[in-house]
Amino acid sequence: MSLAVLAISGLGVVSDRDATPILRDISLRVASGETLGLVGESGAGKSTIGKAILGILPRTVQVTSGEIRFEGRDLLTFPAAARRRLISERVALIPQDPMTALNPGRRIEGQLTDGLRLWRGLDAQAARHIALRLLAEVHIRDPERVLRSFPHQLSGGMRQRVLIAAAFALEPTLIIADEPTTALDVTVQKQILRLIRNMQHAHGTAVIFVSHDLGVVAQICDHVTLLYAGRIVEQGATAEMLEAPKHAYTRALIEACPRYDRPDAGLRPVPEEILAQLRAEAAAP
Amino acid sequence: MADASRRARRWDGLRACLGDPKVVAGGGFVVLLIILALGAPWIAPSDPLEQDIILGATPPAWIVGAEPGHWLGTDDLGRDALSRVIYGSRIALTVAFVASTLAAVLGSGLGLIAGWRRGWVDATISRFVEIWMAFPPVLLSILLVAVVGAGVGSVIAAITLIDWTRFCRVVRAETMTQASADYVTAARAIGFSRSRILAREIFPNVLPVLIALVSLEMGIAVIVEAILSFVGLSVSSDTPTWGGMIAQGRQLMHQGWWILAAPLTMLFLTVLAFNLLGEGLRRALDPVMRR
Amino acid sequence: MSQDILVAGNIEVAFGGGRRLFGSARPEVKVLRGVSVRIGRGETVGIVGESGSGKTTLGRALLRLVDVATGRIVFDGADITHISETEMRPLRRRMQLIFQDPMASLNPRHTIRRIVTEPMRFHGVAKDSADAETRVLEIFERFSLAVACLDRYPHELSGGQRQRIGIARVALLAPDFVLADEIVSGLDVSTQAQALNLLKGLSRDLGLSMAFISHDLSVIRAVCDRVYVLNAGEVVEEGACEALFANPRHPYTRALIDAIPLPRVDPNWLGRAAATEILA
Repeated sequence: MSLAVLAISGLGVVSDRDATPILRDISLRVASGETLGLVGESGAGKSTIGKAILGILPRTVQVTSGEIRFEGRDLLTFPAAARRRLISERVALIPQDPMTALNPGRRIEGQLTDGLRLWRGLDAQAARHIALRLLAEVHIRDPERVLRSFPHQLSGGMRQRVLIAAAFALEPTLIIADEPTTALDVTVQKQILRLIRNMQHAHGTAVIFVSHDLGVVAQICDHVTLLYAGRIVEQGATAEMLEAPKHAYTRALIEACPRYDRPDAGLRPVPEEILAQLRAEAAAP
Repeated sequence: MADASRRARRWDGLRACLGDPKVVAGGGFVVLLIILALGAPWIAPSDPLEQDIILGATPPAWIVGAEPGHWLGTDDLGRDALSRVIYGSRIALTVAFVASTLAAVLGSGLGLIAGWRRGWVDATISRFVEIWMAFPPVLLSILLVAVVGAGVGSVIAAITLIDWTRFCRVVRAETMTQASADYVTAARAIGFSRSRILAREIFPNVLPVLIALVSLEMGIAVIVEAILSFVGLSVSSDTPTWGGMIAQGRQLMHQGWWILAAPLTMLFLTVLAFNLLGEGLRRALDPVMRR
Repeated sequence: MSQDILVAGNIEVAFGGGRRLFGSARPEVKVLRGVSVRIGRGETVGIVGESGSGKTTLGRALLRLVDVATGRIVFDGADITHISETEMRPLRRRMQLIFQDPMASLNPRHTIRRIVTEPMRFHGVAKDSADAETRVLEIFERFSLAVACLDRYPHELSGGQRQRIGIARVALLAPDFVLADEIVSGLDVSTQAQALNLLKGLSRDLGLSMAFISHDLSVIRAVCDRVYVLNAGEVVEEGACEALFANPRHPYTRALIDAIPLPRVDPNWLGRAAATEILA
C-alpha cells in the first residue's frame, strides 16, 4: 500500500449561521499517482472538501472535528501563514470555469508565471522559459502567441489547458480538479481528461477529481467516494463500485444516468424513499 | 385565494419599508423636512425677513451670555437664523422633488426607448445625449437665469436640463442588459407586444436602478440649488435659502460661526437623508433583494 | 393534413453584416447554412451539436424569434417565414419554448402566479382568473409543485422547481409544438431524470410534437425518436436514433459518440482517438 499523499479522517464541517452540518465524518485517502473521484449531486459537499483541504472555506463555516493529513502532517493544526505557504507550493487547483478563473485584464504570461516567481524566486526570463515548456506539455501548438494573449482571445479548451499548465507549474504533490470539464464541449472534454491523466502519470501527482458526472469519473478515477448531504454513502475502487454497487443510492444513481447505448436509461430518478432514508441518517446525531 | 394573497402582498412592500432602518432614518428626516417646509409659517418662531439691526449677529440662545429667543442666533441684519433655515427647506425640497422627477421622467423615458429599440432610434438618442453633455452646465444655468429670470423655476429648469442625461445613459445601459435576458425572449415567444414587454417585463427590473438614481439626484439637486443661490443665481436674495445663508455666513465667519453652521448642517443632513432613503427603498421594495 | 407540424427548408441565418455609418461594411457571420429539418406530428426530434454549432439559433429561427436570410419555415401547412409579428401572435400560443436556465427565463420581479397565468389570460386559454387558477392548480399537482410556490419569486425556489415551472408555463398554453432548448443541461442526474420523465409524459398526454436541443447525445437517446447532428451551422447527419447510434456514418457523429464517457469502466476509452480530433 503506497504512502498516502492526503489522508482525511473524521472531518466534520458545520455552518456557523444555523449550526447545520455541511460535512460529517468524512474519511478518505489518496496516494501519489492515484486519482480519487469525489462524486455527488450539487450540495453534497464535494467542493467543501476541496475547500477545506485548500484552507479556503468561507468564514461562516467551521471545521469542528477530524484531521486533514497532507504528507503526514495535520493541516488543521498549522498556523495560518505556514499552512498557506505549504498549500500554495504543494497543492494546486484546476478550477471549474476557465472563463472566469483567468483574469481577463492580464496576459497569460503573467498569470502563468506568478506562482513560479513568487514561490521559486525565479526572474521573468527563467519563469517564461518554464511557462513555454509547460504550454508545450499541454499540447498548445503556438505557446509564444498564447503567452502574449489575453484570455478572451483563446477558446474554452485552450483556457483549460492553460489552467492545467498553471496547476502543474510548481510540481505539486496533490491536485484538486474541481469539475474541470463541466463547462467544456464533450469532444474537448475527452482531450482534457486525457491530458490530465497523462500529466498526472508523468509527474506522479495525486489527483482529487470532483465531479457530478459518473461517466467521467468511471473513465479516469481509480477510486471513488460518493457523497450525499455531506456524508459518505459508499467508497471503493471505481470498477467495483460501478459494477457491483453495495448501497441502494449508488445503484439508483447509476441507473439514473442516461446512456447512448441504452434507450431506457436516464429516465428513472432516484426513488424518494432512498433519499429520505439518507436524509434521516444524516440528521441522526 | 389568489386575490387575498395579492392584497397581502401589497402591504408586504409597505411593511418591508417601515422595517428597514435606512428607510426609517432617511425617510423620517425627509418627512420632518416636509413638515417644516409646509408648516413653516406656524413652526418658525419669527418672520424670516424681519430685520432687527440692534440684535444683529447675536449668538444662539443656548450659549452663555446671549440674547434669549433666537435658538440659532441671528445674522448681521438681525434676522432669526432658525426661521430662515426652516423657510429655506421650502426651496430645497421644492427643487429636490420637482427637478429630480422631471429629470428622471425625461431621461429614463428616452433611455428606455433607446435601450429597447436599438438601431437608428438608439443611435439618434445617444448622439443627442453626447452633444448635449458637451454644453458646459454652469454656462447653461447662467443663460437660463438670464433669459427666464431668477427664481425657483429657472433653478429647476437648469437642473433638469443638465441632469437628465445621467438618467438616460444609466437607464439605457440597464435596459439593454435586461433586454438580452431569457425572460424577455420568453415574453416574445408568448407573443406579448414590444411596448408591453418594455413596460411590464423590463421596466420593473430597471426600477431598482432608477430608485437609486432618483434619490441620488435629490441630494444633488439640493446641493446645486445651494451652489446657485451661493453665487446669487437662484431666487431673490431676500427669500431665505440655505445656499444664500452659507454665502452670508462665509462673509461673517469672524462675527459669528453659527450663521454658517446652521444651513451647512441642514444641507449635509438632507443629502444624507436622501441617500439613506434611496438605498433603503431600493432594498425594501425589490423582491429579489428582500430576504 | 400533412404529416409534419414544422418544416424548415434550407434556412440560412447570419449575424452582423450591413454597413457602418461612414461606409465600410461590417463582417457577417453565417450561423446557419442551408439547414433543413422536419418535425412530424407527435414526434420528438433531437438536435445535437456542440457550442458554436448553431443549434440554439436553429431553435430560435424555427420559432421566428430570429430572422432567416433565406429559406422557408412552414408551420402546420402555413408558410410563416416572413409574416408580420401581428400575424404571428395567434400562432405563438401553438409553438412554445422551454429554456435552459429557468433562473434567467423567469422574470425575477414577477411572482410565479403571474408568470404562469399571464400567458394563459393573454391567449384566452383561461376565461378568467378563477379558471386560470384551477388550471394552474391542476398542473402543479401533476408536476408535484407546492401550491405555496405561486406567491413566491423565482429566486426563492430551487433549481428543480424553477425548471418544472418553466415547463408548466408552456404546458398550460396547450401548444402543438414545443422547443426544449438544453433544458436539462446543468441539472443533477436525478433531477434530470425527473424532468425528462415529466416531459415525456406530457408530450404523450398532450400529443405534443417536440424539438429537443442538447449537446448530450445520451439524453437525446433517452427522449428522441429521430436526431439531427449539427456542426458549424450544417446538418452533417440525421436519422432514427437507434440506427444512428448503432451505425454513425459521418466522422463528426462518430467523434461525438466516442467522446461520451459511459458510467462503466472502459480502459480503452481514454486512449481511443476518433477519426477527427481537432486540437482546440
